[in-house]
Amino acid sequence: MTEQVIEKIESMEKKREKEKHGKETIRSSVVLKIYRANKRAGEQPHYDSVEVPVQRWTTVLDALLHAKQYKDPSIGIRYSCRMASCGSCGMKINGIPRLACYTKVSELEGSTVTVEPLANFPHIRDLVTDFAQFFSHHHDVKPFVQNENADIKDKNKLSEFMQSPEDLDKFLQFSYCIKCGLCYSACPTVATDTKFPGPQALSQAYRYFIDNRDNATKDRINIVDDKHGIWRCHFAGSCSSVCPKGVDPALGIQLLRGHMLGFSKNEKKIADLQDRLRKDEEAKQ
Amino acid sequence: MMLRESQIMKIHYITGIAALFVVAVHIMMRLIMPYSLSLEYENVIANYHNVPYLVLLESILVLIAIHGFNGLRIILLELRQSKAWEDGITILTIAAMMAVVAYGTRTIIIANGFGLGFE
Ligand code: SF4
Ligand code: FES
Repeated sequence: MTEQVIEKIESMEKKREKEKHGKETIRSSVVLKIYRANKRAGEQPHYDSVEVPVQRWTTVLDALLHAKQYKDPSIGIRYSCRMASCGSCGMKINGIPRLACYTKVSELEGSTVTVEPLANFPHIRDLVTDFAQFFSHHHDVKPFVQNENADIKDKNKLSEFMQSPEDLDKFLQFSYCIKCGLCYSACPTVATDTKFPGPQALSQAYRYFIDNRDNATKDRINIVDDKHGIWRCHFAGSCSSVCPKGVDPALGIQLLRGHMLGFSKNEKKIADLQDRLRKDEEAKQ
Repeated sequence: MMLRESQIMKIHYITGIAALFVVAVHIMMRLIMPYSLSLEYENVIANYHNVPYLVLLESILVLIAIHGFNGLRIILLELRQSKAWEDGITILTIAAMMAVVAYGTRTIIIANGFGLGFE
């Protein structure tokens, strides 16, 4: 099952790559229209246009770093891995939330690339936004496996959780989340309701809810079953369409809602570690 | 008694689906005779003297009031986030819902003439 899913994802990615290359426009330079603002320093919002040389493989982040290095060192950007892993370089590129390091200039239309800070996040400076609230929503859903039966204190008794490929499939795609905040930025509910946890946190609530190593089911449901919780999702689906990692947060939200409404039963069998350990010991004797 | 949001939403979905059903029956009953005839005074009063129809009208009133006012509460909830606002709109929408149901029920009873079809 897992292999089939991986094969499917790979073939989809190849297809997407092909489509992308088909749409590529080769240019020797583009104009970056960069949003600039620093309210604390009294700098009012405006756009700076900078022309930068590009090649077929130049990403928006490469172009921005070129501009920063050779034209204006004061441009504020946040980035780290440059390979769509750390989730730091999210910004609005031509109006759509994307990772700057994962968006090639050649796949964008027009010779001007507009870069702006992510919407729905408090602004800090230029293209940099404040992720504190986003991370606090993520923290609130307790994104870790909770299981009071796990014998983590007694080293001799340490046992592993058993998980079948089918059990893994239930949450695998949600565990690819890199917390880049693109879905949060695209969400229309987050735009009006600051208490709404957002698609990222809610899909992580589902990710741990459906994980058969976790037995804090009730606790997890109580966290999201709030006036400003999971029920405020309008199912616009924009979160899933902007996710750069193929996570489908809207699906996670609907699946969790289904469980809460009683449409689907949570059939996960919680691994009884003590019992298994006892059986293992009996087998050894 | 405070209902959990999931319980409120279950009621919201159930009343929505049930309202679709009763409104469909209501429209069908309007169409068993020419539409303009169905709205003539005698026919309307006759409808109010028909007990199953009365039950249908009352259920439309209750279902739509619950569904509609909860929908309004949800819309208003998203406008601002503060305890006072949340409590205020909850009380306001419940009061408005009860007022609409009471007024509608009063109309139904008056139109029925208190005879409930057993005269
Ligand atoms: S779900 Fe996707 S878009 Fe949202 S934070 Fe995770 S990786 Fe980013
Ligand atoms: S720099 Fe790490 S995701 Fe773009």
